Amino acid sequence: MRDQRLWTWHVLAGLVILVFLGLHMTIMHLDIIFGFFNPGDAKPIDWVSVVGRARMGFFTVSYVVLLGAALFHGLYGLRNILFELGPARGVKSALNVVLTVGGVGLFVFGAWAAWTAGVLARSL
Amino acid sequence: MLDNKGHPNRLGVWGWLGGGTWGLERYLYTLHRLTGLGLLLYFLLHIVVTSARAFGPEAWAASMGRVSGGVFVLGEFLVFAAFAFHASNGVRLILVELGFAIGNPIEPIYPYRTSVHEQRPLALGILVLAGLVLAAGGYNFLAHLSH
Repeated sequence: MRDQRLWTWHVLAGLVILVFLGLHMTIMHLDIIFGFFNPGDAKPIDWVSVVGRARMGFFTVSYVVLLGAALFHGLYGLRNILFELGPARGVKSALNVVLTVGGVGLFVFGAWAAWTAGVLARSL
Repeated sequence: MLDNKGHPNRLGVWGWLGGGTWGLERYLYTLHRLTGLGLLLYFLLHIVVTSARAFGPEAWAASMGRVSGGVFVLGEFLVFAAFAFHASNGVRLILVELGFAIGNPIEPIYPYRTSVHEQRPLALGILVLAGLVLAAGGYNFLAHLSH
């Protein structure tokens, strides 16, 4: 039952990623074709573009949502792959702890970076 | 998922990597996992690298400088290719899981028929979609390189 619920969240997280990562990829890697959210001739990774996006609350929220959805989707997928290799019960428990703690830690760090970058961008 | 209930994967890594003669969809499954693992590895590094923007323009420039150059451009394109496939195939998996594009239920009369042939057009469709996205991304990468 618990795994069924986690699998449903895995699928839902995939849909969230499809939307927000699709937008992110369009901005970052299809910039010459679409040119979204990149001022003038600036490249998507130029500081002026980074600051321009960070000033928009939408991007701060979308980064945090994408961060959470992608971490859950990716780490739960990795957990499934590793579990299919048939590890012992103790190894499974250790994997659960490592992936959960690692995922939460990266989420806190990434969310802090997105929030701080937004505050910094608005102060410039 | 997935406590094996009496059917352990005795083949280990080959148990999911090898598709044998199971057909196109089985190889899409393998490729979905490989691209997923690649995207996860990139994503974990991406979180750390892009966090430099929280420390100002100098830190951002230094961080981007550490991941610039030919190898990284190629790596970035491979990540984009993995995204194009993983996203397109993910849409197919969700549609199939929800019961779309698998045909209507039929009586299990011998010789049994699978729904694989019903699913094949969708599988080919997502490959075309992934190819179109990849072509657009490839054009964009080449345009940047030529600037």
